[in-house]
Amino acid sequence: MQTDKALSVVRAPSRLNKLGKRFVKNWQLYMFLLPALTYFIIFHYIPMYGVQIAFKDFFATKGIWGSPWVGFEHFTRFFKSYYFWRLLKNTLIINVYQLLLFPLPILLALSINEVKNGAFKKWSQTLTYAPHFISTVVIVGMLVAFLDPNTGLINNIIGALGGEPVQFMQSPGWFRHIYVWSGVWQHLGWGSIIYLAALAGVNPELYGVAKVDGATRLQCIRHISLPAILPTIVILLILDLGHFMSVGFEKVLLMQNTLNAATSDVIQTFVYQSGLLNGQYSYAAAIGLFDSVVNVILIVVMNQVARATSENSLW
Amino acid sequence: MNRFLLSDRSFETINHTVLLIVVALITYPLLYVASASISDPAAVSMGRMWLWPVEITFDGYKRVFADNTIWRGYLNTTLYTAVGTVLHLVVLLPCAYALSRKELIAKPLVLWIILFTMLFSGGLIPTYLVVKGLGMLDTIWAMVIPNVVGAWSILVAHAFFKQTIPEELVEASKIDGASYFTVFLKVVLPLSAPIIATMGLFHAVSLWSQYFNALIYLSDQTMYPLQLVLRQILITSQIGDIGPQGGTHPGEIESLAEQIKIASLIKYSVMIVAALPLLLVYPFLQRFFIKGVLVGSIKE
Repeated sequence: MQTDKALSVVRAPSRLNKLGKRFVKNWQLYMFLLPALTYFIIFHYIPMYGVQIAFKDFFATKGIWGSPWVGFEHFTRFFKSYYFWRLLKNTLIINVYQLLLFPLPILLALSINEVKNGAFKKWSQTLTYAPHFISTVVIVGMLVAFLDPNTGLINNIIGALGGEPVQFMQSPGWFRHIYVWSGVWQHLGWGSIIYLAALAGVNPELYGVAKVDGATRLQCIRHISLPAILPTIVILLILDLGHFMSVGFEKVLLMQNTLNAATSDVIQTFVYQSGLLNGQYSYAAAIGLFDSVVNVILIVVMNQVARATSENSLW
Repeated sequence: MNRFLLSDRSFETINHTVLLIVVALITYPLLYVASASISDPAAVSMGRMWLWPVEITFDGYKRVFADNTIWRGYLNTTLYTAVGTVLHLVVLLPCAYALSRKELIAKPLVLWIILFTMLFSGGLIPTYLVVKGLGMLDTIWAMVIPNVVGAWSILVAHAFFKQTIPEELVEASKIDGASYFTVFLKVVLPLSAPIIATMGLFHAVSLWSQYFNALIYLSDQTMYPLQLVLRQILITSQIGDIGPQGGTHPGEIESLAEQIKIASLIKYSVMIVAALPLLLVYPFLQRFFIKGVLVGSIKE
């Protein structure tokens, strides 16, 4: 303590010095950051640096640094390829489709919120959350089994109604519906949690007052519940738009086969195939970079829009 | 007044009915898989089994449990999940705690470094090259390190520390001469059980369910986690060893029709074996999961 005091008298109390001293005094705190920062640098920032291979012809023997520059060659090749529009279209359609169903968890939350019976409320929550805990592989396994043209549940029902069996998993026409609606099945309940919590925060007196004024339950939902969760809705919508182009590709990859490729080929699965299966690292990295850049632009634009039109935004 | 009461009652009826239908639609596929896993496969494929099991048989489970690949997958997944979750907490908690301390002068910079990774990433290929370059391919490290922590978890845990750890307690221990390290271990961690449980569970579930990292980083089949073994059985239909040929009655020749039936029975059994642990556990831990979703939604 005494030496500390002495030092501060002797030294000029410059701002930098003070900061330096605080740094030294709290050095242990900085050690706490070390593992996480090391991780982020190695597994996030080095890949960001490594993404330069998108502008190079990567040779494993020459390394990232030694491979020759080729400029935008990989990008132009991708944009000019016949599958570029197909990939972009598939990626966009599947995401827009998913986005259009964004209100479903909100409706579920509003519905559960109106239930007064405690046990019914609790059970409907627990049961609708359940599919969220099933892995993607098992979900797709279930789809394959249920939609099997010979033995599957769905085709049995179609058969019982006198219809012809449908090759669901092999059909490009069905792929999007199966992908999106199985996602609704899996995440509907889980997605409602956040809205339910926002609804639980509404002052119950508001409903009481509205009731006295003669409002119906639907009017209460419209004028009290919905406005209460609006900020949550906006934030989640921005976040969803933020990973607009990359959402769910692990499931797409599992559902994909040569027969449904016309609609199931999306940018991310293509990156995996051309890069890791066919070894075109530079080309695949370029496509991946295109995807990331579009995502960044989308989230920044969406955030600006949200900030301009309401007081809710991410930053 | 009367009309308003009536409309409320009919609202209630409609709401309950619709909700009941939604809950039934969500639950039905799970119940169906469970029933199909112990029903005669012929009855299932003919559509005679539609809700409760018929002509009960445990053949599917017998074959699944007699299979080494599945056991090994289970063991591998358990190992990856356990090691991965511990590592996650070891990296996450100190960092989040340090960020919650106001004397950390570099906080804005560090937060920025971490948050930027939410916005932009190098992508699949450069990340793969880093993992490969570090010699992690075909090691457990490729399963647990490349996603050891995310910006989201750090934000959540940091918000928790900031809100719940009483400043006076930390100050008091520091006056007693305790170092940050001691304070963290002796004062902060014992108060942080809820966030440790929440973060640990979230990460454990994602490790348990992931297949993609294993798909790209592992080529050694003996290291495959459960999800990759499942992918072979359920999706690419490589029944392999557990299939009819290597089943419970070696030497017995089964007809092709028999083989197909057994294969579908095995699939349903495998789904249950894979999904049951989490489905049984989560209702009891539901509050931690919900807490995680909610704390995560708090805007800074």
